[in-house]
Amino acid sequence: MITLSHYIVLGAVLFCIAVAGLFINRKNVIVLLMSIELMLLAVNTNFVAFSRFLGDVSGQVFVFFILTVAAAEAAIGLAILVLLFRNRSTINIADIDSMKG
Amino acid sequence: MPTLNDILILLPEFYLVAAACLLLLLDAFMKPAQRPLLHWLAIAVLLVTIYLVIAGQPEQSVTAFGGMFVRDQVSEILKVFALGTTAMICVYARPYLIDRKLFIGEFYTLLIFAVLGVMLLVSAGNFVTLYLGLELMSLSSYALVALNRDSKLPSEAAIKYFVLGALASGMLLYGMSMVYGASGMGGTPSLDLAQLHHVMAYTTAPNLLLFGLIFMIVGIGFKLGAAPFHMWIPDVYQGAPTPVTTFIASGSKLAAFGMAYRLLSSGMGDLSQHWQLMLAVLAVLSLAIGNLVAIVQTNLKRMLAYSTISHMGYLLLGLAAAGPEGYAAAMFYALSYAVMSVAAFGVILALARAGFECEEIADLKGLNQKSPWMAFLMLLIMLSLAGVPPLFGFWAKALVLEAAIHSHMMWLGIVGIVFAIIGLYYYLYVIKVMYFDKPAEGSVLQSKPDVPLRVVLSLNALSLLVLGLYWGPLFAWCRHAFGL
Repeated sequence: MITLSHYIVLGAVLFCIAVAGLFINRKNVIVLLMSIELMLLAVNTNFVAFSRFLGDVSGQVFVFFILTVAAAEAAIGLAILVLLFRNRSTINIADIDSMKG
Repeated sequence: MPTLNDILILLPEFYLVAAACLLLLLDAFMKPAQRPLLHWLAIAVLLVTIYLVIAGQPEQSVTAFGGMFVRDQVSEILKVFALGTTAMICVYARPYLIDRKLFIGEFYTLLIFAVLGVMLLVSAGNFVTLYLGLELMSLSSYALVALNRDSKLPSEAAIKYFVLGALASGMLLYGMSMVYGASGMGGTPSLDLAQLHHVMAYTTAPNLLLFGLIFMIVGIGFKLGAAPFHMWIPDVYQGAPTPVTTFIASGSKLAAFGMAYRLLSSGMGDLSQHWQLMLAVLAVLSLAIGNLVAIVQTNLKRMLAYSTISHMGYLLLGLAAAGPEGYAAAMFYALSYAVMSVAAFGVILALARAGFECEEIADLKGLNQKSPWMAFLMLLIMLSLAGVPPLFGFWAKALVLEAAIHSHMMWLGIVGIVFAIIGLYYYLYVIKVMYFDKPAEGSVLQSKPDVPLRVVLSLNALSLLVLGLYWGPLFAWCRHAFGL
């Protein structure tokens, strides 16, 4: 029997993987974008699970909005990434360090 | 069912959406020589929206679309200031944009959509509207930061802003999902802030609620730029084109205050004893890191970035007081900071020219000999940011410190005063460079002959003195908004 807490744990695990991906990753900006998507999907899992088990539809409506915004966010993120690559010919995170202090 | 009344309540927002779309269309069919028309139209649109906000301001709080949108005095004040500072940014930005071949329609439409996000965010009555307003503002700002496409620093600043901004939204959303879950344990689940206010009283999962609250505070901390979530602020301020930096320092800080107020007071007001201490810790860290690291900066925009972090610390002092008096003082602080930061970056914009950003503190050497009026305006702005009486910034600081002390957090008040004195150093250093250093060889320092910029900037900087002498009415307006 799969209960609410299983889904919440799944959401938490996905969220932790996403945050770890953001902080541990030192190689590639694309991995950062993937981590951000994963983080929003972890939140969606939570909302859908709560919504289903508590019998209220508003959580699922919120998920639609989050999905839409995530798509827009990915578009802007990729556009900035293209810009970054054009200007520096690299997307290695360790090289993006011209501002310090 | 939405009624006509709902639409009338949202009239300023609807007007701004329609006008922004029209400007976008107009820009597509316009010759480059006609660009100045777009510039003045954008300013006119912002001014008309201010008029609509003030003309339709309700006596009491009203809601539209089933509580999704709240229109009350708090949101009205924040909207008026966000729109006003944005109109000023348009005026200051024009010569800068023309010099750098960035005088394009995208700047104005993106800026207007960002302000629209601010307006939605400060009026949010529900997690959904709050999130949508926040993202509308943030996504427009990411694109604005990357506006200068052929330059290295802006694209780097944009990717940093984007990644950390998205992380902040993710944290905020995760917190919201937990609060939503907790509100459904022992009651009806809800995303409505007014209903969430009473969750603590009935929920059978108080730990889940507190867990969500912590994530939401992390999200708020990121958006405000409070330490230890401040990493993006200095890089974004330095890398972004200066007019965009100005918006991030003014409009988006007003929005962040609005968001913090809606989430913490309207939404989680019953939990104030829990978040009070968290905000106090954020405030102390921001004051310490902001003021100490600002001392060693040589880049003026970066120095102002760390000064922002310390100012957010003061704003949090007011919020941490967790009562109408504290909120009124914090809102007064947010308004004063928006006006001061627009003026400070306005001076940088007035002195910058093609190939010269005027963003190093050393660039201001001997400004008094080259352009005494600009030096005098910058003197007023720096003293106001430092909190020297009788300027605007002094009263803002005094009122948040008073609020903190009244709510039995004497230690916070003392920390605030100590760091205000430490902070004096780097503001006075700028004044010393302007007045007592000799201009560098071949210095091109000269203020722009652009008349609208000079007039508005002078009025903006002098308003710091006027509002410092007559701060009563504005503060009374803020207190009235919180029912005092």
